Amino acid sequence: MPERHLGPRIALLAVMLLAGCSSAPPATSPSVTFGSGATTPGMSGMPAMPNIPAATTASTQGSAPPVAGDAVAIDNFAFVPTTLTVAAGSTVTWTNRDEEPHTIVANDGSFHSPGMGSQATFSYRFATAGTFDYICSIHPFMHATVVVTK
Amino acid sequence: MTDSPHSMSRRQVIRHGAWFGAAVGLAVAGGEVISHAAGTAQAKQIPSRPTLRFAQVSDSHIGFTGKANPDVVGSFSQAIGRINNLGHAPDFVIHTGDLTHLATPAQFDQVKQMMGALHTPHVFTVPGEHDSIDDAGQKYLSAFGRGTRGDGWYSFDIAGVHVIALVNTLNLKKLGHLGVEQLDFLAADVAPLPSDTPVIVFSHIPLFAMYPDWGWATDDATQALSYLRRFSSVTCLNGHVHQVFAKTEGNVTFYSGTTTAYPLPHPGDGPAPKPLTLPAGKLHDALGIREVSYVRGHQALALKENTLQ
Repeated sequence: MPERHLGPRIALLAVMLLAGCSSAPPATSPSVTFGSGATTPGMSGMPAMPNIPAATTASTQGSAPPVAGDAVAIDNFAFVPTTLTVAAGSTVTWTNRDEEPHTIVANDGSFHSPGMGSQATFSYRFATAGTFDYICSIHPFMHATVVVTK
Repeated sequence: MTDSPHSMSRRQVIRHGAWFGAAVGLAVAGGEVISHAAGTAQAKQIPSRPTLRFAQVSDSHIGFTGKANPDVVGSFSQAIGRINNLGHAPDFVIHTGDLTHLATPAQFDQVKQMMGALHTPHVFTVPGEHDSIDDAGQKYLSAFGRGTRGDGWYSFDIAGVHVIALVNTLNLKKLGHLGVEQLDFLAADVAPLPSDTPVIVFSHIPLFAMYPDWGWATDDATQALSYLRRFSSVTCLNGHVHQVFAKTEGNVTFYSGTTTAYPLPHPGDGPAPKPLTLPAGKLHDALGIREVSYVRGHQALALKENTLQ
């Protein structure tokens, strides 16, 4: 299905390669001056060092238990269902079915998850009635609501 | 310089620049027109040492484990190798964010260690939203925030060019966001500069509206760009969208860079910006690094995209 993407083998976006500049090119690297005059941001690159550290395997955050009851799935960059209604005192569990990480962040600040990797879950107990809108803080175009009834 | 047989008049330069801005979409689809322009006799007479030359790398997503790229460490190593084999040491390397996938201390350690192998005097970074997932960028700042202001922004001058690195991945509502404090910094930062100073701006999320439905825009960018309107040459380089794209608006040219990790769909192609798994052997065509050079006296920067193929 992802049959086309970024056509060019070499996207040579060269522009303004004009001649006629007669000023002598500098012989050495130009120096960097920071307005603050304080510690310089960034880090130094190193002289030749071919040994790159070996790959480490990033851990995923636990495996997903079966989703049951008051559950919201994160699928295809969407919360399913978009509106979930539960009784006060219920615990809602979100499961990230995407390869991409997501988060659960309440607009009113009442709850927020850590970054949830693929298949990670997050649970939160809604003690009081109300309407709770939330987003994924990494992809804030994703939004949904939990309605808590008495 | 108009009497030199190899130079363009100012009008020609402007027209050429506009043509380039308009033709970039074609370049991504075909490239032939652009390579023709770059392959003229004039191009061969470029001084071997531009006033400034640097490399951009972006969206390494160290920690990603999906099938779209089972080895993001390997492809980022390849990108570093590509930069180290440009034939010269770039004056600096900028990583335009999403260094890590999940902003864990181990992922920050790893990406920092890997970038230590770059052959360049300076490595600069801006954070992506993946680098500030659950702590408003605190772990990013402990790894890369030394010497920066506010939530990680800064500026510097090099070879007569003013470079500004902005943070637009915090306090997201739907789009990228700079915030009042950073906008004030920007206004004060550029206030003393003469209008003919070339300005380069780095950010993770685009400062132009590339595709707002997927968050590919910055809600208060218009305010930021208003401070840069008086400058004759402004170049904004970003990551985030995992694909090469360019757009010119007046005096400002925006260039989205590609990723070293995995491609994303073209804007609006499909329901969501989810990682694309390409057919076997195609992934490295979509990954790459960018060389940028600037020659004093020319308005526009020269960009060259290199795939990891």
